[in-house]
Amino acid sequence: MSQPDFVYVTYIETTPDKLWHALTDGDFTERYWFGVRLRSDWKVGSSFEMVHGDGTVSDAGKIVEVDPPRRLAYTFVNLSDTYRNDLPALATFELEPHGKLVKLTLTHEGFAPGGKMLPAISRGWPAILSSLKSLLETGRPLEIPRAAIKLES
Amino acid sequence: MDEVFKALADASRRLLLDRLHARNGQTLNDLCDGLAMTRQAVTKHLAILEAANLVTTIRHGREKLHYLNPVPIHQIGERWIRKFERGKLAALSELKRQLEKPDEST
Repeated sequence: MSQPDFVYVTYIETTPDKLWHALTDGDFTERYWFGVRLRSDWKVGSSFEMVHGDGTVSDAGKIVEVDPPRRLAYTFVNLSDTYRNDLPALATFELEPHGKLVKLTLTHEGFAPGGKMLPAISRGWPAILSSLKSLLETGRPLEIPRAAIKLES
Repeated sequence: MDEVFKALADASRRLLLDRLHARNGQTLNDLCDGLAMTRQAVTKHLAILEAANLVTTIRHGREKLHYLNPVPIHQIGERWIRKFERGKLAALSELKRQLEKPDEST
């Protein structure tokens, strides 16, 4: 197994079931993930897509692991020409209850050496995870404009 | 949030974060290498950073790897930076970065 390229941890005041729903429900992800709906039937081997408001699919990959509400893993890569030298990298979410909090650990690994996905994604995840935490804890997402963190769509 | 500020209020701990920012996923030995700090001091600082959730560790085979976790820093930013200011700030920090970086072909 390769060493993860990064590991993000956030503690969210919620339940594992609610957090699982937040990670896998397209209507919900749209509220904290730069307006992106995640589309999949969440079965191992199924397709995984990030769908934008106008219906375009920016990123796609496959579901690798589904163990609700504990572990979820999928691969994805951006489909635009900018990322033509990149490979689908593996994102793994682990949910661990700790009293009133759930520890969410996200690891991401398997980026193509010299690819452009790693720097882009390392700007994206902290914003997405912060917004997810806010939405679950306060009912309000953070509404971070994509341009603010220089993500290419 | 207090823990994050306390953890950041120390130059040695910020240096450790800088090293992880330059290269994520280091062992304790990697982090001690070339530092004018004892191993015990590094261990103590890492424990404080970990308690503040600024550093997270995972087991990889027989090794314990340390990762910079920027999520709490992002949350501090979110608390005081209003959303309409963000675009301007991003532009300013990019300008600062461009102006300050050493000459290189871009």
